[in-house]
Amino acid sequence: MQAVLDNADVVALAFTYTVLLFLISGVLSLALGTVVAAARVGPVAILRRAAAVYVSIIRNTPLLIVLIFFRFAGPKIGLTWSFVDFQFGRVNLNNIFAACVVGLTIYTSTFVAEALRAGVNAVPLGQAEAARAIGLPFGGVMRHVILPQAFRHSLPPLASVQIALLKNTTVAGAVSVYEAFNRMRDLTNDYATQRIGIFIAFALIFVLLVEVVSLAANRIERRWRIA
Amino acid sequence: MTQAPVTPAHETQAAPGEPLVVLSGVEKWFGDLHVLQDIDLTVKRGEVVVVIGPSGSGKSTLCRTINRLETIDEGDITLDQQPLPAEGKALANLRAEVGMVFQSFDLFAHKTILENVTLGPTKVLKQSKADAETRAQELLDRVGVGHQAKKYPAQLSGGQQQRVAIARALAMQPKVMLFDEPTSALDPEMIKEVLEVMVDLAKQGMTMIVVTHEMGFARTAADRVVFMADGRIQEENTPEEFFTNPQTDRAKDFLGKILKH
Repeated sequence: MQAVLDNADVVALAFTYTVLLFLISGVLSLALGTVVAAARVGPVAILRRAAAVYVSIIRNTPLLIVLIFFRFAGPKIGLTWSFVDFQFGRVNLNNIFAACVVGLTIYTSTFVAEALRAGVNAVPLGQAEAARAIGLPFGGVMRHVILPQAFRHSLPPLASVQIALLKNTTVAGAVSVYEAFNRMRDLTNDYATQRIGIFIAFALIFVLLVEVVSLAANRIERRWRIA
Repeated sequence: MTQAPVTPAHETQAAPGEPLVVLSGVEKWFGDLHVLQDIDLTVKRGEVVVVIGPSGSGKSTLCRTINRLETIDEGDITLDQQPLPAEGKALANLRAEVGMVFQSFDLFAHKTILENVTLGPTKVLKQSKADAETRAQELLDRVGVGHQAKKYPAQLSGGQQQRVAIARALAMQPKVMLFDEPTSALDPEMIKEVLEVMVDLAKQGMTMIVVTHEMGFARTAADRVVFMADGRIQEENTPEEFFTNPQTDRAKDFLGKILKH
C-alpha cells in the first residue's frame, strides 16, 4: 500500500488516462450507439440490415482483438490518428490513446445500441402512431417522441454498459496506454513485496469510480422518471 | 379572441358539401383475412359520418387507412382530390392535415399537456413557440382542461387525456378529424365529457369520421351512419332511418343485440 502512496502522482496520472478514456469513449459510444439503434429500428431495410451486421460482428469480437486491430492493424490501412497529439500538463493524448478511444467507442456502441433498442421496443406502438398522425416525419418521431422515452427505459442497462466500459479501459493498458492497469503492473513489478496492497488499492479506486457512475445514473433515472 | 376557431386554415379546394374524403374500391388483407372488401365511401366537407359495426368488422382499419396508418392493397383514397402519398415527406404533410384521436389516447407520456399540444404546431407547422402555446392554451380551455396544462398525461383521468388528445389533433388545424373508438377505453361518466366536446366540434362544422359504439352520439351528431360487418359496408343511411328502419339482416341483428341491453 505504501508503494501506491509513494507514487501517488503517477497513480493519479494513470487514473486520469483511465477516466479520460472512459469519458471520451463513453460520450462517443452513446452518440454512435444512438445512430446504430435508430438505423436498426428505422424504416430503411438496408440500414436495418447493415446495423444488425455491424452489431453482430463487433459485439461478437473480444475487446482485446478490437483494440489490437486499431492499435497495430489500423495504421497499416491508414488509420494512424497521427493528428492527435495534445499535451495538457503531464497528460499526453497521442495517436495510441486515440486508437484506443476509437476501439472502445466502436465496441461499446454496439452494447449501447442494443440497450437503446430494448428501450425503443418498450415504448408503446401508439406513441409512434400518435406522433406520425400529427405529421412528424420519421426523424421527428424518433427525436421528439420515441428516443426520449427509450432513453428513460434504457437507463439501467445503459448504466451497466458504461460501467463495463469504465472497467474495459484497462484493456487499453495491454496495448501500451499508460492507464491504471498498466501502471499497476509496473508497480507490482517494482514493489514485489507489496503486491497484494497494490492490487487492493487499485481495486478500491475502481470501485469508487464505478460507484460515482452508478450514483450519477440513479440521479438521472430519478429525475427523468415519467410522472 | 375568446374562442379558437375550428375552421381549417389550410387552403382547401373543397367547398362545403363537396367531397373531401373519397374511398373507392378499397381492398385490404391481413394475411388471409380480407378485412376491407370493396369499400366505397365519400365524406363531404362539414359532414359527420359515424361508422358502427360489430368487433372485427374492419371499421377501425377503415378509419386508419384514411391517414395511411394502414396501407391498402387495392383501390384509391383521395383527400381533397389528392391521392394519398405513399411515404416520406408528402405522407407526413398529409397526416398533418388529418387529425386523429385514438382509443388509448396515446398522449406523449414524457411531455406535459401543453407540450403535447404544441409539438405538432412547432415542429411540423413551424409556428413560433409563443404562438403555438397561446393557441394550445385556448384549445385546452375549450375542451375544459386548460388548468391542467403543466401536468403530465399520467396525472390526468382518461376522459381528460382524451380531451387533450382532441386538442392536440385540433392544434394542427386539420381538414378532417378521425376518431377511432374514442370512448371505448373510458368509464361511463367520462364518456359523456368526451362526447360533449365531439358534439361541439360537429356543430361547428368540422368534418368528422367517427368509429364508435356510442349510439347516442350517432343519433345526435351524425349526418350519416355507415354500418360495417365482415369487412364490407352493409348499409349507410341517416341516423333516423338507420336506427328505426334498418334494411339489412346484419344491421337488424346488430341493433337488436346492442339496443336490448
